[in-house]
Amino acid sequence: MTFSGEFLAFMSLALVAVIGGVLLLNLTRVVHMVVALVFTFVSIAGIYVLLSAEFLAAVQILIYSGSITIIMLFGVMLTRHNDTSEPKTGRLRKLLLFLGVLGFAFAVYIGIYNLDLPSAPNDLHVNNTEQIGIELYSKFIIPFEVTSVLLLVALVGSIVLAKRDDDKEAEKE
Amino acid sequence: MSAVPVQAYLALALILFCIGLYGALTKRNTVMVLISIELMLNAVNINLVAFSKYGIMPSITGQIFALFTITVAAAEAAVGLAILIALYRNKKSVNIDEMDAMKH
Repeated sequence: MTFSGEFLAFMSLALVAVIGGVLLLNLTRVVHMVVALVFTFVSIAGIYVLLSAEFLAAVQILIYSGSITIIMLFGVMLTRHNDTSEPKTGRLRKLLLFLGVLGFAFAVYIGIYNLDLPSAPNDLHVNNTEQIGIELYSKFIIPFEVTSVLLLVALVGSIVLAKRDDDKEAEKE
Repeated sequence: MSAVPVQAYLALALILFCIGLYGALTKRNTVMVLISIELMLNAVNINLVAFSKYGIMPSITGQIFALFTITVAAAEAAVGLAILIALYRNKKSVNIDEMDAMKH
């Protein structure tokens, strides 16, 4: 394996992503965890660029590091009771879960360790956004429209769920 | 052959998925559980995009599928937080082990 520029970029991006994930598990203040999450999301966008998916990288930065982290911050702020999440779960349970996850990782790693796929030439990097648009509006037009319905349902549903129920509140007081 | 083999991308996605799985199973704050689920979805997206470039038949379909996954993940995060806020209003708590009743 040669140390080309692509390899160095991949290694540094992967390092930042994994460090962000580990910090996410180990930090105690919830806001710090969200900042670690932003690091992970931005480096995943860099990984997408390496995989010649530039449009997806832009979408990742817009949606994940933009809106999802902001929505999570809203969730933290609106439900503030004590900002730090105290580790109160049992040590034995954590150890067992860690071993289970480690076993899962090992099992999957055996599967991908010797994976050897024949590499075929591709032209994903030329006019990536145009290719996605053409494919989305020709082959995937019905899933695309169904997605719009899904987003509408999610919007209405979350408003209805999070809306303060005025009658019930008045009844309580 | 490219400089970075496909196994490296798959291994990165596996590590991120395991971090998300461990976080979703151990954290008590429900917001953290939702964040860990988002991390797992991101790891799956890396796999989809990696196979769309280095798979047996490289095509743009993997990236389209990742786009749909991102959309559904965003909708899931919004609805999950709305449920969390409704629960918080009733129980005054965000700890996931105290949300064990189907009615308040």
